[in-house]
Amino acid sequence: MPTDTTIDFDRSVGDFVYPESHEYDAGTGLTSDTVNYIVDVKGEPEWIREFRLKALDTFEARPMPTHWASHDLDAINFDKIRYYLANGQRPTRSWDEVPDDVKRTFERLGIPEQERKFLAGVEAQFDSEAVYSNIKKAVGEQGVIFTGSTEGLKQHPEIFRKWFGKVIPTGDNKFSALNSAVFSGGSFIYVPPGVKVKHPLQAYFRINAENFGQFERTLIIADEGSEVMYMEGCTAPKFETATLHSAVVELVAMKGAKIQYVTVQNWSANVFNLVTKRAIAHEEAEVKWIDCNIGSRLTMKYPGVVLKGRKARGEVLSIALASNGQHQDTGAKMIHAADETTSNIISKSISVGTGRATYRGLVHVPRHLKHCKNNTECDALLINSQSRTDTYPAITVRGTGNATQHEASVSQVSAEQIFYMQQRGLTEGQAMSLSVNGFVNDLVRQFPMEYSVELKRLIDLEMEGSVG
Amino acid sequence: MNSLVIKDLHANVAGTEIIRGLSLEIESGKVHAVMGPNGSGKSTLAKVLGGHPDYEVTGGEVLMDGEDIMGLEPDERARKGLFIAFQYPMEIPGVSNANFLRSAVQARLPEGETLDATEYYARLYQKMDLLEIDRKFTARSVNEGFSGGEKKRNEILQLAMLEPRYAILDETDSGLDIDALKIVANGVNSLRGPGLGVLLITHYQRLLDYIIPDVVHVMVKGRIVRTGGKDLALELEEKGYDWIKDELEEPAAV
Repeated sequence: MPTDTTIDFDRSVGDFVYPESHEYDAGTGLTSDTVNYIVDVKGEPEWIREFRLKALDTFEARPMPTHWASHDLDAINFDKIRYYLANGQRPTRSWDEVPDDVKRTFERLGIPEQERKFLAGVEAQFDSEAVYSNIKKAVGEQGVIFTGSTEGLKQHPEIFRKWFGKVIPTGDNKFSALNSAVFSGGSFIYVPPGVKVKHPLQAYFRINAENFGQFERTLIIADEGSEVMYMEGCTAPKFETATLHSAVVELVAMKGAKIQYVTVQNWSANVFNLVTKRAIAHEEAEVKWIDCNIGSRLTMKYPGVVLKGRKARGEVLSIALASNGQHQDTGAKMIHAADETTSNIISKSISVGTGRATYRGLVHVPRHLKHCKNNTECDALLINSQSRTDTYPAITVRGTGNATQHEASVSQVSAEQIFYMQQRGLTEGQAMSLSVNGFVNDLVRQFPMEYSVELKRLIDLEMEGSVG
Repeated sequence: MNSLVIKDLHANVAGTEIIRGLSLEIESGKVHAVMGPNGSGKSTLAKVLGGHPDYEVTGGEVLMDGEDIMGLEPDERARKGLFIAFQYPMEIPGVSNANFLRSAVQARLPEGETLDATEYYARLYQKMDLLEIDRKFTARSVNEGFSGGEKKRNEILQLAMLEPRYAILDETDSGLDIDALKIVANGVNSLRGPGLGVLLITHYQRLLDYIIPDVVHVMVKGRIVRTGGKDLALELEEKGYDWIKDELEEPAAV
């Protein structure tokens, strides 16, 4: 068996590129000219230009967070990144209008026919501009706004401006500042009071240009008593040079509203995936992040919920799979800011070969609050002795009426287990895949059906690719 | 005639030779028993045949119906029809028995063919009934939290479902009470037939009261030192392993 530690994964599913014709291209490198170019090309209002330019200053002033994060970040060359690119395609409304090569991509991604019906409510991002946006009739009739971020800020400024950049301020971190300067694409969703969106709103997107950074920006507002589920999934083609993906996702759940945000990501092994995701949950609101990270060179992502109103509830369920040469630095943040708020974090990580998984958690309950609860569970699975896993839970729970519970475990798939399964006729890859699926099984059961199927398929692909 | 032929097999574990020139032939349709004292290399034999990576084969060959299997991966040997019921079956957390067996059955189908779920469950339930296994068992994780007896029964269930050409049962009787032993033996007996060759590895004669072997071998220090009919097992039970050992000492001194 080859002992090559820089194993090339079988990414036959994600490894394909269609011809591109970029009518709009901001060139490489980042200056105020780049930002102005983006604003002009997109025809954005002046307040956005100011917002972006200010963000650019913040980005430039901020150091890389390498005092606590991986030094691998230093490998990003911001001068070589292309910050804006669009196919010149406007968002389309019906399936017939969707270009054939885009349809082919959906096919390659294995989105089942049945699910394509759901695509009626889909926002698919190709390069940095949404090329396909078909708002399901029923959703539109309910008064739900589901559109791209650019359209959102132009057509619904009264809602957009109120919340944009409020959950995650520009200066939150260096990469949220970068996103604020050059963002394009992403979704804007507004759900009116009391509306329960039946079908999940989905967005499939992928990076399709070499050396191209993708900076999508998503803002979801669920008004009082409303409910919405948003699903995001990505696979990326294989590139030879590093690619940067740095998204910002802001969620606002008003009183009694429920938001579920589901992500299954499978980046190719050269992608830096540095994402800031946060939600504000008002009184009795519920926000649930379901986050699966597979692939990428380095992922840094800590979805958070600010529990701002009484009885608000926040949850993060996450799975991270770090294969050879990959580093998944993920976790969750729960900021309790009102009485009787509860939070739940369940994190499962799998490290294979030289893969490395890091869990960083932050749970904060100040002294003056009463009857707050947090539950944190982190489980790590190691496959072979080179794997590495670290856990950095930071839990500050003050005050007397608050409770927290923290459990952590590390387990290993042993050679004996693999042999046992092989003796039953499964290949080494299948045996590893089955162990991994078993490890995440109880968590995956809480996922929407189509996502648990896709996740299983991705794990299979990843594990088959990681054996010699 | 189809058979599993082991010819002058030598194998090391961590540099020490454990199997030292072992030869054996198990004909399809027959049940052979290998008995021997602790440390004679019985369990090692099972693992070497299965292709466990910790064991190094240094000589000899193993032919399954004429094909040398020693160069094959463990899973290839399994799919070609070799099954080992382990002495200590592994636990696989989070993977249900139904799912595990289904994957194993699926792995034996030709490329592109998918398993018929209805037929699979019908067959699974039939075999479970035979082994007196509760239906709830299908949803439990493989061997996790199972008693010794449940684990052994599960091994026989897998054997029944996977329909191998040759099955090696490593100390299947250990840890079983008499009722469980009868159920397991009954299961194995029901699988006996012209298409299956069985090698029972056991320390005690007790199992052989329920699964009557066609041939009994005695293994000492990595070799078969004596072969006979089922009466040999009874003789061993009566006289103990020292009897064989003593006999062996003499020719060794010549």
